[in-house]
Amino acid sequence: MFENCTHNICIVTGHFGAGKTNFAVNLALREKLSGREVTLVDLDIVNPYFRAADNRAELEAAGVRCILPEFANTNVDIPTLPPEIYSALEVYEKPTDRLTIFDVGGDNGAVALGMYRRFFEEYGYDMLCCVNCYRPLTATASDALESLREIEDCSGMKITGIVNTSNLGDETTTEDILDSLSFADELSELAKVPVVCTAVMSETAEKLSGVKNIYPIRQITKRMY
Amino acid sequence: MAKKVLMKGNEAIAEAAIKSGCLYFFGYPITPQTEISEYMAKRMPKVGGLCLQAESEISAINMVMGAAASGTRCLTSSSSPGVSLKSEGISYIVGCDLPCVIVNVQRGGPGLGGIQPSQQDYYQATKANGHGDEQIIVLAPASVQEMAQLTSEAFDLADIYRMPAMILADGALGQMMEPVDFELTSKREIPEKTWATNGTEGKRPKNIINSLYMNPNDLEDSIIARYKRYDEVAEKETKYEEYKCDDADIVIVSYGITARICKTAIAAARAKGIKVGLLRPITLWPYPKKPLLKLADSAKHFLVVELNMGQMVDDVKVATECKKPVSFFGRTGGVIPSPADVLAEIEKIAGGLN
Repeated sequence: MFENCTHNICIVTGHFGAGKTNFAVNLALREKLSGREVTLVDLDIVNPYFRAADNRAELEAAGVRCILPEFANTNVDIPTLPPEIYSALEVYEKPTDRLTIFDVGGDNGAVALGMYRRFFEEYGYDMLCCVNCYRPLTATASDALESLREIEDCSGMKITGIVNTSNLGDETTTEDILDSLSFADELSELAKVPVVCTAVMSETAEKLSGVKNIYPIRQITKRMY
Repeated sequence: MAKKVLMKGNEAIAEAAIKSGCLYFFGYPITPQTEISEYMAKRMPKVGGLCLQAESEISAINMVMGAAASGTRCLTSSSSPGVSLKSEGISYIVGCDLPCVIVNVQRGGPGLGGIQPSQQDYYQATKANGHGDEQIIVLAPASVQEMAQLTSEAFDLADIYRMPAMILADGALGQMMEPVDFELTSKREIPEKTWATNGTEGKRPKNIINSLYMNPNDLEDSIIARYKRYDEVAEKETKYEEYKCDDADIVIVSYGITARICKTAIAAARAKGIKVGLLRPITLWPYPKKPLLKLADSAKHFLVVELNMGQMVDDVKVATECKKPVSFFGRTGGVIPSPADVLAEIEKIAGGLN
């Protein structure tokens, strides 16, 4: 089990393009393997393409329940959020048995969380913020802090953990990951929020055995051509 | 730290524009290019520029005309239906001989169409973006890196030839993320803008920016002068990529995101012993006629692949002077073919050649 997610609601947010969806999908599959009942909610109201809905078949085959916007990957500009989402907010007696992951759209896409806030606050939640220092608008800890605060303001909720998803796509090197660690620590200090892990492609993760809190992931979300 | 950054294609356009000295962005949101506006809204105030969301696309292009007249670098962006709205303004800008950069991150049409990627605005961009005898430069990037580089080049070309330049991308390129190195963008010498209406300070006669002519002969003269400039652009600024064409029996002609799909298909076809190559126009106007005519001697067949119903086919026929058969394969309305679909088409043609 992902020790840093102690509640049964885990909200994955971050600046758009940070790698939220890929992290959320990896987390869902891993937690399912560890024996929890996992539901993944695609709450992205921002991105027209490249979303959790692309991975529905793989997720469902693994036994992860998916709740997707009714019009994801169609020509409807604004995906509507299905009422089924409320069913994923039930109170669970043993938090460790179940996990509902919310994959939230970037930046002000976090506004979509607002309508469920009272449930989150009542039942308790972990709210992770994915940060990638190779994205130009979150390249420095202070810029990343600005983005993190914007997400908090839009959602009216507090980020509880930072996920360092720093990467340069297919060109990511071990050095790029090592270089990103101090950025994540600096952001953590500024935001007063702990870094819960550094998410790294498994082939790179193997070379980082000495680094703490490495969370190996694989590229699951869609790549084009 | 790595010197590259990871960006969406739309962001790469916006950042490249800022790095090229663009100080004004006027736009109106539309999927799948809205990240350009969002990026500009965040970055422009930090570089002393202005990002303004106009009340419509028509308004945005007319703001571009005003800003361009002052000699300042400016940008507008939209997606297909929004670019249609800009067409009147584009024609006026051409008539005024003003430089600017226009971005079209194409989506499915006609009408409101859809939000998925397309290349259905090829005719519009290269032949009929506005009324009158007029032309704009059209650049077709095929990667996020090229989104950045061609944006930078578009600003230079627009200034050098005093005409609009368009980045004709598509939703896939706009939304996909790849590493970008901005140091790879080149800068060219830009002539002084002696025509700009930026204040005489009492030191020079006033400049007038106008597309209305009282005398038809003067209007004709202005158009002929402009067409001489177009000839110069065609002579000096045509860009293309030739990929495995030397021994190719079949030459695919494809641009933008589709060219990438074709390259994957070409690798698969070559593994099966089919000699196939790619001519990728980087400038859709001026069109790479000369290299295509040359390939018409060695190749046996041309296959045009686009995300539309075959809008570039006639350009290939004209360029190759119909010396060899030209066929078409494509999907449209926001549907993207797979490399396997293109490979099947290549195999069908190869079967007919033997």
